[in-house]
Amino acid sequence: MKYWIAFWNILAKDMRTYYLKPPNVSWGLIFPLAWTTMFFIKSGAGLESIITLIPGVVAVSILFGTTSMLAVTVTFEKKNRSFERLLLAPIPFELLMLAKTSGAILFGVANAFVPVVIAAFLADLSAVAWRVFVPAVIMIAVASTFLGLFIAVAVSEVFEAQTFSNFFRFPMIFLCGLFFPIEKLPVFLKPLSYALPLTYGADMLHGAVHGGHTMPFALDLALLTAFCVFLFVASLWNIKRRWIS
Amino acid sequence: MTESIFVENLAKHFEKVEAVAGISFSVEQGELFGFLGPNGAGKTTTINMLTGLARPNTGAIRIGGIDCTNNPRAAQHLVGVVPDESNLYPELTGFENLCFCAALYGMGKSERQASARELLDVFGLTGAAKRKFGGYSKGMKRKLTIAAGIIHRPSILFLDEPTTGIDVASARQLRQLVADLHRTGTTIFLTTHYIEEAERLCGRIAFIVSGRIVQIDSVENLVQPLKDKYVVRISFEGVQDDLRGRLSESFPDLDFENLGQGKIRVEADHPVPVGPLVRVLEDCGAEVSEARRMRPSLEDIFVRITGIEAGAMQKEKEKMGAGR
Repeated sequence: MKYWIAFWNILAKDMRTYYLKPPNVSWGLIFPLAWTTMFFIKSGAGLESIITLIPGVVAVSILFGTTSMLAVTVTFEKKNRSFERLLLAPIPFELLMLAKTSGAILFGVANAFVPVVIAAFLADLSAVAWRVFVPAVIMIAVASTFLGLFIAVAVSEVFEAQTFSNFFRFPMIFLCGLFFPIEKLPVFLKPLSYALPLTYGADMLHGAVHGGHTMPFALDLALLTAFCVFLFVASLWNIKRRWIS
Repeated sequence: MTESIFVENLAKHFEKVEAVAGISFSVEQGELFGFLGPNGAGKTTTINMLTGLARPNTGAIRIGGIDCTNNPRAAQHLVGVVPDESNLYPELTGFENLCFCAALYGMGKSERQASARELLDVFGLTGAAKRKFGGYSKGMKRKLTIAAGIIHRPSILFLDEPTTGIDVASARQLRQLVADLHRTGTTIFLTTHYIEEAERLCGRIAFIVSGRIVQIDSVENLVQPLKDKYVVRISFEGVQDDLRGRLSESFPDLDFENLGQGKIRVEADHPVPVGPLVRVLEDCGAEVSEARRMRPSLEDIFVRITGIEAGAMQKEKEKMGAGR
């Protein structure tokens, strides 16, 4: 059995039927553009300040892009029973779910580079440490996708997945250190910040863009990886418990 | 002959509902096995457990000789599944759906495209190959779903209510396709509520009611107890009352069953005296429109064993299908 054929075709089918559909492509472009413009106007600073906005808009674009799509590709397919067809395929369950989530990861990475491309025309990005920035973007995309998967398999309806996602997304944006430094958060909120995967991704992005990180990159990366593994394993466990019960 | 499917003491409950209650059976290689029962009898739950979509609470399963008891997905490469509802991708064309399903089984590009074209031709869907599945008629959807279930040439095929809710011509064509598949040596596990369909296609049949198998045998053996019986169905108009009392009084050696809507079923161990029967009915004010001699069928056996009217079961299922 050539598993890679199944893997590639699941990914290609999802890319074609979901991620590369014009509404999603335009949403993937407009959403980061809107965030960048919004924060740029709010900052009231000159064009050179746009670089400081990059970590925030990149992380937010990935988070919203990935978690929104999983509600469609997983919850919707479960609802209309086409997901059963995948569950009947003779491929390892872990590989099946990796194939199902790879599209969202790629979509998240693509979303992340929209604000970067815009910023490249408006500011000097030569100081950005790309060797840290790119792994950070990929790891945030993976962690956000698996968070989206975790949410998608916990509910039955697409609208529930969207609502439940916001329960995680909005607190995460404000507690992960993207827009408010974690040191300035109230003491009781700080432990919550460190329990969020985006905190470590945001730290890496800050470090890569303007050297403002608070933890070693290796620690950020290790913790992000741990979050990814936990969310993926927990999602698989939940699928087996709820959908193959 | 070797066993393609072996099930022993299989049970499944959902909270307090016992969906399947310790059933045991086996299906030989190349056999077309029917699984009959009313809605909620446990047919789909059984298929789900056999195909790895549900975990049994107790019992043993062997598919194609592979023990699937603790690893429900171990034999998925051997099986094809056609669910009771078409579950292909509405946004893909017929051709793309088949190619995608073949890819899930690791088939290479040229092989899956050739198989998809061949099946589209066999199922009469070549003209609709480039149309999106979402725009197909119900019959076309069922055909493509069956094609998707066999594109990887499984040795064991699970067919869950394949002809429910489709027109007569399509159903007839599908039955022919199922029979052809059986001739090629594929083991087929068929669930249906159309008793005539099961009688025509299957070699052996199991009746399942409330999660329990109440009878399992070859069609010939199942029908045997009624084989020497004489059955006549009489249709009449003009009388609403139940005439069974009056008829039993006049013909104590005959068994009468009121089928409702002006129909009576008469059963006897000897030829039924139709003329005197009609005269008694006419004396009661009934206008007899038809008296037809019937061949004792599997439906009679099903009603006798389960106490469930096959017609009522069929109507209920179709109503559910229409509501989907």
